[in-house]
Amino acid sequence: MRFGSTLKIAFRALRRNKLRSALTALGIIIGVAAVIAMVGIGNGAKAQVESQIASLGENIILIFSGSTTASGIRTGWGGAGTLKVEDAEAIRRELPGVTAVSEEVSSTSQIAAGNQNWFTRVLGESAEYFDIRQWALSNGAPFTPQDVRSANKVCVIGATTASQIFGSDDPIGQTLRVKNVPFTVTGVLTSKGLSAQGSDQDDVLIMPFTSAMKRITGGTTLRSINVQVANASDLDPTQQQIISLLRQRHGIRVDREDDFTVRTQKEIADTATATTDVMTGLLGAIAGVSLVVGGIGIMNIMLVSVTERTREIGTRMAVGAHGRDILTQFLIEAVSLSAVGGLLGIILGVGVSKALSIWKEWPSLISPTSIVVALLVSAAVGIFFGFYLREPLLGSIQSMPCATSE
Amino acid sequence: MSANGAAVIQLIGVEKTYRAGEMEVRAVRGISLEICRGEFVALMGSSGSGKSTLMNMLGALDRPTAGRYLLDGIDVSQLSRDQLADIRNGKLGFVFQSFNLLPRTSARENVELPLLYGKHQLTNQQLREKADRVLAAVGLQGREDHHPSQLSGGQQQRVAIARALINGPEVLLADEPTGNLDSRTSIEIMGIFQELNDRGITIVMVTHEQDIASYARRNVVMRDGSVQSDIAVAQPLIAKTELGKVATADDQPTA
Ligand SMILES: Nc1ncnc2c1ncn2[C@@H]1O[C@H](COP(=O)(O)OP(=O)(O)OP(=O)(O)O)[C@@H](O)[C@H]1O
Ligand SMILES: [Mg+2]
Repeated sequence: MRFGSTLKIAFRALRRNKLRSALTALGIIIGVAAVIAMVGIGNGAKAQVESQIASLGENIILIFSGSTTASGIRTGWGGAGTLKVEDAEAIRRELPGVTAVSEEVSSTSQIAAGNQNWFTRVLGESAEYFDIRQWALSNGAPFTPQDVRSANKVCVIGATTASQIFGSDDPIGQTLRVKNVPFTVTGVLTSKGLSAQGSDQDDVLIMPFTSAMKRITGGTTLRSINVQVANASDLDPTQQQIISLLRQRHGIRVDREDDFTVRTQKEIADTATATTDVMTGLLGAIAGVSLVVGGIGIMNIMLVSVTERTREIGTRMAVGAHGRDILTQFLIEAVSLSAVGGLLGIILGVGVSKALSIWKEWPSLISPTSIVVALLVSAAVGIFFGFYLREPLLGSIQSMPCATSE
Repeated sequence: MSANGAAVIQLIGVEKTYRAGEMEVRAVRGISLEICRGEFVALMGSSGSGKSTLMNMLGALDRPTAGRYLLDGIDVSQLSRDQLADIRNGKLGFVFQSFNLLPRTSARENVELPLLYGKHQLTNQQLREKADRVLAAVGLQGREDHHPSQLSGGQQQRVAIARALINGPEVLLADEPTGNLDSRTSIEIMGIFQELNDRGITIVMVTHEQDIASYARRNVVMRDGSVQSDIAVAQPLIAKTELGKVATADDQPTA
């Protein structure tokens, strides 16, 4: 019954102290905006990493030479050359779930055509590589299994390499030199953008691995083997089969560790998203601290204002306010400040997230959970405040006759 | 005097003892007093004699530690805090020496304050109409939107009087209402009080100044918490005539 009037009284009091009200709300605005923006940034990064890992292809198993332990890399992936071409052939021949295999060698090299030259990553792969990575060509055709068998001097180049070497000219059928060996370009790959590690996946030249081993790297071992299986359910059994096949082929005794590393795409994705999860958690925690600080700010300003406003309370009591009217008034003031602060914070946080996602070209960033959490916290601040200020308020109310006669 | 006869305020052996730790201060020591409807009483006495303490009890701001206080027949000394608040809101109007207006708040909103804590919930329109009417009655037409800092001391006290009057109280209580004002402005305030008194409102006012007290019709003098003397003023001053005496041709009184 008196609530309507108390609302009016509280809003008049807020309006009367515009600056104090604005400063009080500011703490909550910044806190809520920080939570939403930080969690948004973390989620955006995570989504980005996930899409990059998906760009590896589907149902992929990667085999690297060199061993690793559960806790991390020991000799380094691709470190010691232990994988042989025959290992890849055995996998292709003997394991039923496997649909495609690509032997990979890798190096970096200066490449040149006409008077242009460019330093790029040179990959040797099998013809199946483009299927495994689901990497289509924007122009021309990939090299063929026949090219691989004959170690032909043909190659496919990434979008970045193409524009660096050939500019706007059509690269198909043109010749470029890799370590002074002439190669004919048969195709240009579509653009894949940045990798999960942040390198440009389009800055690449891919040739048959046989050609690379014979004419460029000169080695006899593979850096890695890319394997694709038909179904996701084949990933784990095939991983186990690869391990036992390679151990047997490499003659590794039971008590010795593998001299190679087998990772499924899921494992790689899990490691990467675990990292971004930690990052999101950290950002969220930092933002949470600023939200709590904002909440404490509200309570402090209100507490100071209670002592400052003892005289006002006395005046109100003298003209007929009940103790409850005063408590309700201060509660409404606090709750509406934190509610308005929370709403403005959401708008600001969403705005910052949107701006960042446009600027950084990240996928959609805003998490509804963080909005709900931020709102709950700001509501809790407002309500907790009510109990927090009860004592000092009641103190002012009790001492009322002194305050009025002064 | 005591035109309507019936006692609106009845004090029977009222005492107030303040306790601060071991110290006991007997601020009011057994006062019995009757004030009738339509009276205009000035309460006098030296500093510390218990005037403000007595006024706070009359104003239902504080309860006596002993004795009974009947306001309009109701025993106020037995009421709860909230019931006292309702009495302050509806039956009494209190005017303070230091005005006690809400800062950074317009005269109108200051005057509306008791309406907001009143029994009836009014619309903004109704609040505004009532407040503006009472402000006009104390001579503040056109000043409704001014904040206290934009008003003179006399004008601020008029806002405070308007606030005390807004709920149509039976009794107007004023603790040194002219204590912060110059003599000319003080007489103007007395003019307002006499006008209100002529319309039947009972007034009890504390003052230190004998000439201000002589605008009232009855003077009660306190000493050490008791009533020392209680006399009718033979010939109360009339604020209008006194103002006329001090007024110059170009400085017309407004009260
Ligand atoms: N809240 C209080 N606690 C303790 N003692 C008090 C309190 N209020 C007043 N007193 C004491 O009661 C006595 C009467 O005080 P009161 O304020 O009523 O005097 P007064 O007549 O109004 O004086 P003045 O003319 O200076 O305003 C004083 O001795 C004062 O110290
Ligand atoms: Mg006093």
